[in-house]
Amino acid sequence: MRVARLASAVLPPLVWGVAFVAAWEALVRGFDLKPYFLPAPTAIWSAFTDNLGLVRAAAFVSGGNALVGLLLGIALGVAASFALMRSNLLNELVSPLAIALNAIPIIVLVAVFQNMFTSTSEVPRRLMVMLIVFFIVLVNVAKGLRQVSPIHLELMRSYAATPRSVLVKTRIPNAVPYLFTAVKIAAPTAVITAFVSEYFGGRQNGLGYFIPSNFANSKNAVAWAYVIGACLLGLTFYLVSVLLENITSNRRGRAPGGATT
Amino acid sequence: MTAVVLDSVSMSFNPGTTREVNALDGIDLSITEGEFVSLIGPSGCGKSTLLRLVANLVEPTEGRILVNGTSAEQARRDHTYGMAFQQAGLFDWRNVRRNVELPLELAGWDRGRRRERAEEMLALVKLDDFADHMPWQLSGGMQQRVAIARALATHPPLLLMDEPFGALDEMTREHMQAELLRIREATGSTIVFVTHSIPEAVYLSDRVVVMSPRPGRITRIVDIALTGDRDDDTREDQAFFAGITEVRESLRAVEGYQSHGGVDDR
Ligand SMILES: Nc1ncnc2c1ncn2[C@@H]1O[C@H](COP(=O)(O)OP(=O)(O)O)[C@@H](O)[C@H]1O
Ligand SMILES: [Mg+2]
Repeated sequence: MRVARLASAVLPPLVWGVAFVAAWEALVRGFDLKPYFLPAPTAIWSAFTDNLGLVRAAAFVSGGNALVGLLLGIALGVAASFALMRSNLLNELVSPLAIALNAIPIIVLVAVFQNMFTSTSEVPRRLMVMLIVFFIVLVNVAKGLRQVSPIHLELMRSYAATPRSVLVKTRIPNAVPYLFTAVKIAAPTAVITAFVSEYFGGRQNGLGYFIPSNFANSKNAVAWAYVIGACLLGLTFYLVSVLLENITSNRRGRAPGGATT
Repeated sequence: MTAVVLDSVSMSFNPGTTREVNALDGIDLSITEGEFVSLIGPSGCGKSTLLRLVANLVEPTEGRILVNGTSAEQARRDHTYGMAFQQAGLFDWRNVRRNVELPLELAGWDRGRRRERAEEMLALVKLDDFADHMPWQLSGGMQQRVAIARALATHPPLLLMDEPFGALDEMTREHMQAELLRIREATGSTIVFVTHSIPEAVYLSDRVVVMSPRPGRITRIVDIALTGDRDDDTREDQAFFAGITEVRESLRAVEGYQSHGGVDDR
């Protein structure tokens, strides 16, 4: 039963994936496409294995930037959401701002940060990741702290609970699934933000640098090898965050309330 | 001693504004210890508000409320009542036992006593085998039994229930009514019970308080003359039908009952 369910979940994408790669290979060979146009999967794979050490080093740089920014953004976002919960005014000021920021490409701020620090610093990228994660976590966790069931609040009042007890026994546990949902959204975003920030200049060491630079030098297969590294890194962040979310929602038997990005 | 006294109580929401709602007006009601009293009336006539006043979840704009011989606020601080709502309102991050322990935690009980009492309450509602389950693993009726166990955890002399069986199917509901009477037998609690169902009110109660809307008033108090133990046979008793007829006629007399609806004839 479980095996069958697992198979039905994994098999279709796997079959499609294999078919896609096979079609790609056939296309490149059949039409004799030039490597500078589109390299064959086999050529990409051998570039990947040949440059494994380099790809891994670049993935560690990007992954480090994403992870540091992610953790800082989560910490700050959680802290700020408590402030937001306490102050109605702050909530009315910050929440629309946080949502409006989704409409603006704040990634360009990385250029501003780059100007503030030396060209060999990883700080601008981490700041950028932190900022984007911060708003995702802030909006969601503040929602979890505020949107408590009215019945729970009435019950707590009927128990003559202190504000501190209401916070510890009702609001914080209520916000936990919202935090994990925020992390699930923020984790892949952190990786993408790290790539794009690296692309914007500064130290030449991350995946976000090597992918475009290899394309620019017509080393397309190598560039694609770095793309594989980027996919694996993004996938790792995503899977870990999904795993974390599943642990809490399985225990509660339902997905947490709607997430806001 | 009287368990609950309401003395010329009126209650308005948003008083002095354009959104003012006069929810209750001139309520006089006195409930004896150990009595089972139901409140019935069309939607919006102030049943929930009356219950919430007794629970000190809202304050009256006029009048005086005594609960277990003290002010309503003191009764709340002393944990001398328990409360249950239409939705069980269990905390989904706590297992069944820890849900029942919650009021005890807030009353400052230590872990050992809490656990012992929770086990006792779960046995009372016949859920001792489910102590380690999470709320979502239980049916609606079972969740409601956990909510009742939680409301009774501090052994409060007074139990306030706001349409606790309103969301249950008919079979489960009748079963829960019988269970509630059994629990009441065991604990001797005074019970104030809000319902939409006339047969439910008559089956359970010593007295049925009939209310009218806008503003909420008590129009009639019907004494239920059922003798002996209440069981399934009670539902076929002459006195049971007589009670139903009397409550129904009192409700018919309530102006606007037809147009407001909301009372269940089943
Ligand atoms: N928090 C509130 N603010 C304003 N009006 C309210 C509030 N709660 C209840 N009311 C109003 O008070 C009246 C009585 O409500 P309620 O006690 O819930 O009635 P019932 O439980 O009998 O259906 C209704 O008109 C309702 O709209
Ligand atoms: Mg109500």
